[in-house]
Amino acid sequence: MPKTHVTMKVNGSEVERLAEPRTLLVHFLREQAQLTGTHIGCETSHCGACTIDIDGMSVKSCTMLAVQANGSEITTIEGMANVDGSLSALQEGFRMMHGLQCGFCTPGMIVRAHRLLQENPSPTETEIRAGISGNICRCTGYQNIVKAIQYAAAKINGVDYKEAAE
Amino acid sequence: MNDLTPTREQREAALEGMGCKRKRVEDIRFTQGRGNYVDDVKLPGMLHGDFVRSPHAHARVKSIDSTEALKVPGVLAVITAETLKTVNLAWMPTLAGDVQMVLADGKVLFQNQEVAFVVATDRYAADDGVNKVVVEYEALPVLVDPFKAMDPDAPVLREDLAGKTSGAHGPRKHHNHIFEWAIGDKDLTDAAFAKAEVTIKEMISYHRTHPSPLETCQCVCSFDKIKGELTIWGTFQAPHVIRTVVSLIAKIPEQKIHVIAPDIGGGFGNKVGAYPGYICAAVASIVTGKPVKWVEDRIENLTATSFARDYHMTTELAATKEGKVTGLRVHVLADHGAFDACADPSKWPAGFFNIVTGSYDFPVAHCVVDGIYTNKAPGGVAYRCSFRVTEAAYCIERAMDILAQKLGMDPAELRLKNFVRPEQFPYHSALGWEYDSGDYHTAMRKMMEAVDYAGLRKEQADKRAAFKRGETRDIMGIGVSFFTEIVGAGPSKNCDILGIAMFDSCEIRLHPTGSGIARVGTKSQGQGHETTWAQIIATEIGIPADNIMVEEGNTDTAPYGLGTYGSRSTPVAGAAIAMAARKIKAKAQMIAAYKLEVHEDDLEWDIDGFRVKGLPEKVMSMKDICWAAYNSVPPGMEPGLEAVSYYDPPNMTYPFGAYLCVMEIDVDTGVYKIRRFYALDDCGTRINPMIIEGQIHGGLTEAFAIAMGQEIRYDSEGNVVTGSFMDFFMPTAVETPHWETDFTVTPSPHHPIGAKGVGESPNVGGVPAFSNAVNDAFSFLGSTHIQMPHDFWRNWQAAKSLGVLG
Repeated sequence: MPKTHVTMKVNGSEVERLAEPRTLLVHFLREQAQLTGTHIGCETSHCGACTIDIDGMSVKSCTMLAVQANGSEITTIEGMANVDGSLSALQEGFRMMHGLQCGFCTPGMIVRAHRLLQENPSPTETEIRAGISGNICRCTGYQNIVKAIQYAAAKINGVDYKEAAE
Repeated sequence: MNDLTPTREQREAALEGMGCKRKRVEDIRFTQGRGNYVDDVKLPGMLHGDFVRSPHAHARVKSIDSTEALKVPGVLAVITAETLKTVNLAWMPTLAGDVQMVLADGKVLFQNQEVAFVVATDRYAADDGVNKVVVEYEALPVLVDPFKAMDPDAPVLREDLAGKTSGAHGPRKHHNHIFEWAIGDKDLTDAAFAKAEVTIKEMISYHRTHPSPLETCQCVCSFDKIKGELTIWGTFQAPHVIRTVVSLIAKIPEQKIHVIAPDIGGGFGNKVGAYPGYICAAVASIVTGKPVKWVEDRIENLTATSFARDYHMTTELAATKEGKVTGLRVHVLADHGAFDACADPSKWPAGFFNIVTGSYDFPVAHCVVDGIYTNKAPGGVAYRCSFRVTEAAYCIERAMDILAQKLGMDPAELRLKNFVRPEQFPYHSALGWEYDSGDYHTAMRKMMEAVDYAGLRKEQADKRAAFKRGETRDIMGIGVSFFTEIVGAGPSKNCDILGIAMFDSCEIRLHPTGSGIARVGTKSQGQGHETTWAQIIATEIGIPADNIMVEEGNTDTAPYGLGTYGSRSTPVAGAAIAMAARKIKAKAQMIAAYKLEVHEDDLEWDIDGFRVKGLPEKVMSMKDICWAAYNSVPPGMEPGLEAVSYYDPPNMTYPFGAYLCVMEIDVDTGVYKIRRFYALDDCGTRINPMIIEGQIHGGLTEAFAIAMGQEIRYDSEGNVVTGSFMDFFMPTAVETPHWETDFTVTPSPHHPIGAKGVGESPNVGGVPAFSNAVNDAFSFLGSTHIQMPHDFWRNWQAAKSLGVLG
């Protein structure tokens, strides 16, 4: 199949490759850009393990073509740490609140939570639960993921994290 | 000592040992997308394999034509059963003593069965090739309903077994019969029923469901023709067993097979068994001389890899009018699908189902399980449970509620009346197990107090009266469940897999500077072993957990172990870790005695080192002992500080718990609302309370999914109608209830640190709590038992059948 020229900015770096028009974005990122933090769980946009941030939107990269992302700006889990390489507030929140077990859904979950907090810096528990409802986790039961996001929101907003009575 | 000398508490805290909510070391890489899962493994020249699968549930394969597929750019080979026959791998042994086709050999027996394996330069080309393979089928009559499997005119599924009147577990009664497994005293049980004052009988089904870890099953196989070595990276819960099995069936010497299980994205039992993908990828690598990756997609995972449950349990209880149970009788129809590939210890065709007497002191019981073939995917696994204990717990916990209803007794009171009493431990159950320890009454009463059980029942009575007066359309259910798990498989006297005894292992090496590495025969799939195993070692030998690196999953470096499933890691490997640590401590004591110039018996252990009794200033820390172990050991002693332990447990462990669910159901829509869920667990000694709580949250969420909607369903033609996450219920953060957790601690008397295991308890106890809540809600309308899963539609159906719709 003839290949198409695809260019995008991923985590601040230009990525320029030839890809078949049918190449899924998640495969492009994992196989061509060598960024394997974005995972594939269901291939039907249900589980959210492949969630990335494209031009300020959360997108499931398993059901988008790489060519559709041409010219866009993408952030994946590999671009979520602080500039100095330390864990971001969200990454730290997931660790501190035990918001993960096998870690397979975690990249998608953190990338989604990042966008959620951009849109709503102080979400309620209900808003967090609705906000991450496109991301499935099989290990944690979500309670600690909610806490992780609350922890990050508190830290970003410069207030002390207090465990909310759920 | 001065003000700067750390206190006892500070020294203990610095270790982050057992009981500490230590943050997970795994999370540093997982939160940054730096995990290394199987699909992240990339090798130079790596090829990709993909399956042609059967659209039919039962059909004869007339022909397979690969001509057009081989013309597809990038396609290098198409492997069929005929190819596999040349290397004697067309069929493979299953964990349950049956054999299974690797690729369709003459016929197919379930939808999406593997028919051919296309190998290509990338996964897109492989998929193109799959679409070009032409398979001619002749459809055969399909058998989906397990209750019709043993009809005289039921279609013959396994033609390869024609004429065989006995199988791996004794006589076969019918061409679709696999085994009959009976346990208990039939005569005494029948006699108890003959003179019973009260009896109940109910067919309690536990529907077919699926573990569905987010990461599907996958592998990369790389055969080096020069060295004759095969390396396999795979999603394996038991890597060493995979190595042995591959060696036995592929005839490659075991030392030339390297099995590596890297990070695993959830297992839940799904990654215990051996699948055709592993065999085909290995053969393809041998044939092409290049590494071959096989990655299953979600539809394949749901429809073709190991299912769970599918037990249909006709259950009877005999009791006195006062509610003392005098006998239990259970007959199970077990639907094992097309091949008996269930993951059970070799001697237990129905797993540990004989834990079906539950937490109760039943004088007699008798249980018969009939395993049968149908046109469904094979491979019943212990999905977040210990070999059929989930089905057993559901069976008895539903039955106890039904009996309570018949007697007009409160279900919690009925349980308290029948519990094994604390003084009866170690307790010998009527069906052959020896429960190690327990205090069920305390756990149950703590739960009842925590939730104000009496208050809830009063509220329910008021609501029922209001419903009858027509003032509300909501009904309230209170689901009580109490379970006893049987985990820690297991003692070599009764547990093995394909003849390999189910011990587990640990090797600890301490380095001169006071750090070390521990290698363990288990394999974490999210349970946090890298964190908790180091905590055990920290407490045992006084080296901070942060200084211990834990490594699992590489058969070249880890000692032989039987892997992680059925909550066996803490009961078995946890013990091996403690025992290896104690060996090190014993040698350390000799070194300390030599260095401190006292007799060993004059030393006492003191958190992180040895102290001379009565001389608090004369101490030697473990850190200093590590250094001494490499430069100044006593004369005649070998240098170094390392130990290996292979632990064969004397018994299983028996964690238990008391759960309660409060639910409200709108009878006009069937919509339910979980108002409250409380879970009290007793898993003995608690290693990391944070991780235990996380495991309980996760297990409860899976229990919620199973009880309230999740099912692998087939239509009458054997088509799977729940083949993706669009149709197979996966709870999100929106549906998932809030969990309240609590605990009691009753250590196991035979485990070195008293730990019992907890990972699957919430699934085992959770499912009956949800189901009992639904059934309790409907019970005042005259219903005794409603089958799971209890989704909105089924609740509405129940209300309709009970005549309460407006």
